Amino acid sequence: MGIGEQHIVKSFDIELGKLDEALARMGGLAESQMASAIQALESRDSDLAAQVIEGDAKVDACDAFINEQAVKVLALRAPVADDLRTVVTALKVAGEIERMADLAANAAKRSRVLNQLPPVEPMRSLIRLGRLALVMVKDVLDAYLSHDAERALTVRERDQEIDNVYSSLFREILTYMMEDPRTITPCSHLMFIAKNIERIGDHATNITEMTYFRVTGKTVAEQRIKTDTSSSAGAEDLT
Amino acid sequence: MSDTPVADIKMSARGLSVHYGDKLALKGVDLDMAAGEVTALIGPSGCGKSTFLRCLNRMNDTIPTARVSGRVILDGEDVYGPGGIDPVLLRARVGMVFQRPNPFPKSIYDNVAFGPRLHGLYAEGEELDTVVRSSLEKAGLWNEVKDRLIEKGTSLSGGQQQRLCIARAIAVSPEIILMDEPCSALDPIATAKVEELIDELSQSFTIVIVTHSMQQAARVSQRTAFFHLGDIVEVGATEQIFTNPANPLTQGYITGRFG
Ligand SMILES: Nc1ncnc2c1ncn2[C@@H]1O[C@H](COP(=O)(O)OP(=O)(O)O)[C@@H](O)[C@H]1O
Ligand SMILES: [Mg+2]
Repeated sequence: MGIGEQHIVKSFDIELGKLDEALARMGGLAESQMASAIQALESRDSDLAAQVIEGDAKVDACDAFINEQAVKVLALRAPVADDLRTVVTALKVAGEIERMADLAANAAKRSRVLNQLPPVEPMRSLIRLGRLALVMVKDVLDAYLSHDAERALTVRERDQEIDNVYSSLFREILTYMMEDPRTITPCSHLMFIAKNIERIGDHATNITEMTYFRVTGKTVAEQRIKTDTSSSAGAEDLT
Repeated sequence: MSDTPVADIKMSARGLSVHYGDKLALKGVDLDMAAGEVTALIGPSGCGKSTFLRCLNRMNDTIPTARVSGRVILDGEDVYGPGGIDPVLLRARVGMVFQRPNPFPKSIYDNVAFGPRLHGLYAEGEELDTVVRSSLEKAGLWNEVKDRLIEKGTSLSGGQQQRLCIARAIAVSPEIILMDEPCSALDPIATAKVEELIDELSQSFTIVIVTHSMQQAARVSQRTAFFHLGDIVEVGATEQIFTNPANPLTQGYITGRFG
């Protein structure tokens, strides 16, 4: 007797497999939602933005499916060990992807407002931030689906870069608003979108940690270092 | 083998081996069983779980071909040592409950009174009545049988018979209770009642249970030992074994990827 990759009960493999398939589909959808949202911002394309807003329902449907499927596997198969981790992390990862897609849809909504207003310079940096986040999301989903704990840890490091770019973008936007108060309306939308993107990076980071847990059964012990200082930027003006 | 130290060791096995004739069925097993804890033994059929359990109260002595070597230590005393504990007395301290409920073809009362009478522990009459009652109460059976104590034990349902056997085992105030697949002949409700009973009994007794149900091991035990081919492959906190086993064999077995 020995151990194999497959369960003796083949339908168990099929049921577990459905979770990964659904996550792959959901992740792919969320990625393209994000990519389109960034594209809509860059090319001031309100139609594309509208598609993103509409497309969020599909991501939500995936989330609902994964929830049902996970509950079903828990109830009917009573999974343990790595099987249990597969089910529990699928539930949580689906939740993270759902939030990321929400944030992308919200960015698309704001882009339609921005299109009514004159363009502002910091948009270029915002697009750069968006692309960084998109690459991170792609990579973490790949790491999750290929059960690659090492790669997840490497991807996790990248959130720092997103936080750094976000902090400097925050200052950049602030500077523009102070120099030209007419840009305050578009710039505050930009600021919210930047925050959305920074949050997407945090959700991606959560997925790296879930990947690590799913594969190794251990939590990422080391504490993340937060150097996002935007929350204190401008504080000197308030005093 | 990833073992966490056991706090208060009640019984332990050291290098425990069993031959049946030429066949080596248990290959030098080490295991500590903690006082007031439930230890679950899991593993494929024929891996030596029952053999191991029978060593703990010298039941293997009754099998002519069986040869036991190594040590079983109960409260610091070697069960098999020269001038060791008398097997009959040992079995009063280390009781056993079997897979199939096996009440004697006697009254419910006599079933429970059997052990105390054998060991001459209590006087007939009120004293023995009290012990029978409290044992049946502890086994969660008193309310169901208090008006029919003179009926045959075999007239009870399967689940009740198993709880009667547990009452019989605890009537002699053992320190350890061994259970060999005690629920495999019971329906889910009777199983739940026995599991609840195991939970309660673990406050006062050290329990070692062999089970083929992974979920049962997960539900009732604090420590789990995984046996394979006459050896313990892994032992640890039940929670750890079922969430993140260290050994791939354990993982393969409990997740059903073992064949
Ligand atoms: N009385 C016996 N005589 C000979 N061989 C036995 C006897 N009891 C058990 N065995 C053998 O010892 C091995 C372990 O059996 P057992 O302890 O019953 O395993 P388990 O309880 O894990 O199913 C098996 O190969 C079995 O055939
Ligand atoms: Mg057995």
